[in-house]
Amino acid sequence: MGFSTTLTINGVTRTIALDDPRVTLLDLLRERLDLTGTKKGCDRGQCGACTVIIDGRRINSCLALAISYDGADVLTIEGVARGDRLHPVQEAFIAHDGMQCGFCTPGQIMSAIGLIREGQAGNDPERIREGMSGNLCRCGAYQGITQAVLEAQKALDAASRKEVA
Amino acid sequence: MKSFEYVRPTTIREAVAAAAQPGAAYLAAGTNLIDLMKGGVSEPSRLVDISHLPDLDRIEDLSDGSVRIGALVRNADLANDRDFARRFPAVAEALLSGASAQLRNAATVGGNLMQRTRCAYFYDMASACNKRSQGGGCDARGGDNRLHAILGWSESCIATHPSDFCVPLAALDAVVEIEGKAGRREIPLDMFHRLPSDTPDRENVLESGEMIVAVRLPAEAARFAAHARYLKVRERTSYAFAVVSAAAALRMEANVIANARLALGGVASKPWRAREAERVLIGTPADTQLFRRAAEAALAEAEPSGDNAFKIELARRIVVRAFALAAAGTPEPLPALPGSPFAAFSGVLTHV
Repeated sequence: MGFSTTLTINGVTRTIALDDPRVTLLDLLRERLDLTGTKKGCDRGQCGACTVIIDGRRINSCLALAISYDGADVLTIEGVARGDRLHPVQEAFIAHDGMQCGFCTPGQIMSAIGLIREGQAGNDPERIREGMSGNLCRCGAYQGITQAVLEAQKALDAASRKEVA
Repeated sequence: MKSFEYVRPTTIREAVAAAAQPGAAYLAAGTNLIDLMKGGVSEPSRLVDISHLPDLDRIEDLSDGSVRIGALVRNADLANDRDFARRFPAVAEALLSGASAQLRNAATVGGNLMQRTRCAYFYDMASACNKRSQGGGCDARGGDNRLHAILGWSESCIATHPSDFCVPLAALDAVVEIEGKAGRREIPLDMFHRLPSDTPDRENVLESGEMIVAVRLPAEAARFAAHARYLKVRERTSYAFAVVSAAAALRMEANVIANARLALGGVASKPWRAREAERVLIGTPADTQLFRRAAEAALAEAEPSGDNAFKIELARRIVVRAFALAAAGTPEPLPALPGSPFAAFSGVLTHV
């Protein structure tokens, strides 16, 4: 039996035929749409490597059935830069060595973008660590990650103030 | 994952009809269900996707002063709703102490009530589990069970209910609104989950096809706002289930406890309301000795189900600490590490 799901992915709307309702959003992105920036770590909602932003909110794409997210707006790591200009969170991760092997990094960056949008952590490192606890980094680059999120938040604040002015 | 039929009803009535057939399960965010299906622990033959149903994602103030939370309200949206968090701070703190930000953004109110135990033997298909397969035995009984139940357990099951959210809900007399083929009915949250007895596979009172449509907090629940805390001991400070947790709430009148509420998490197959402890506190001035007596009353019936006798004393201490924190006043904003006994105190008290 055939199914389809319509998703807007990184600004492009497409209707995708699904031959099976079991396909997760993560597998759809990676295996069907060649968007392999989103990583499969645990595949059980524990590590955060598969984090994407759906309708403005960060979620674990491994626990999301693609068919159930019919109509959603999906932002993946491939959609955050503007051409050659990196997203401020990407720049901050590079500036603060927020990674070693890099496998968790796309999920960390998507989670950080989500965290900053949520606006609950402010510039409190403890709240940032708590808000990022759904993203594991087995290399242990947590200190750099926290610094990167703090700095990216500052940069985005300054940019939005400039926009308002 | 076993194959299933996928249906997406457009009304509650359609959903209830679609879910009435044996083997059907409701799908909301799926943060627990999809995980269970991947592991082969749950094998529904039909998924009834209710995530697109209209009007179930609202937080409504009712004319009698109660608050009605739709079953599809996301955990994060409820916890971060300023008005809700101000009136029910222990509920917000419990929600924010649970899972990760990604999961809280997806997981729903109804799904939280329906989540399954995290007993490792329940998840491991190679282990015996009466909850998974009635009469199959329980490998947790002689296994690694330091985190298992100390109250209300039976020889057939010693699993705990993992929810944080349900603990203050039980303390605050929340009511669950349920829709079924015969129409709507209500049940106190405290009576929604069942103790295992010899049927641990029956975890709650829902009948075939019935669906949670809302959870309601009565007006009285908001009267504890100035002195309400959720305290949760876990094996790491964030993103872990409770070893033991407590929701403690006081209504103070001129330094005397006019009313008290207590429920424990991580100790039984349901959020554990401790009414005996509440009775100890009512009508007396708040002090640590009194909280200790309340803690003794709350754990009077506790018994280890394995290598977990430590949880009984831990629970007593958590009760004393939770009431001491509640008596000191609800912090605003909530601590950086919600529910953590290790959180540095910050912010101002809304009531001293």
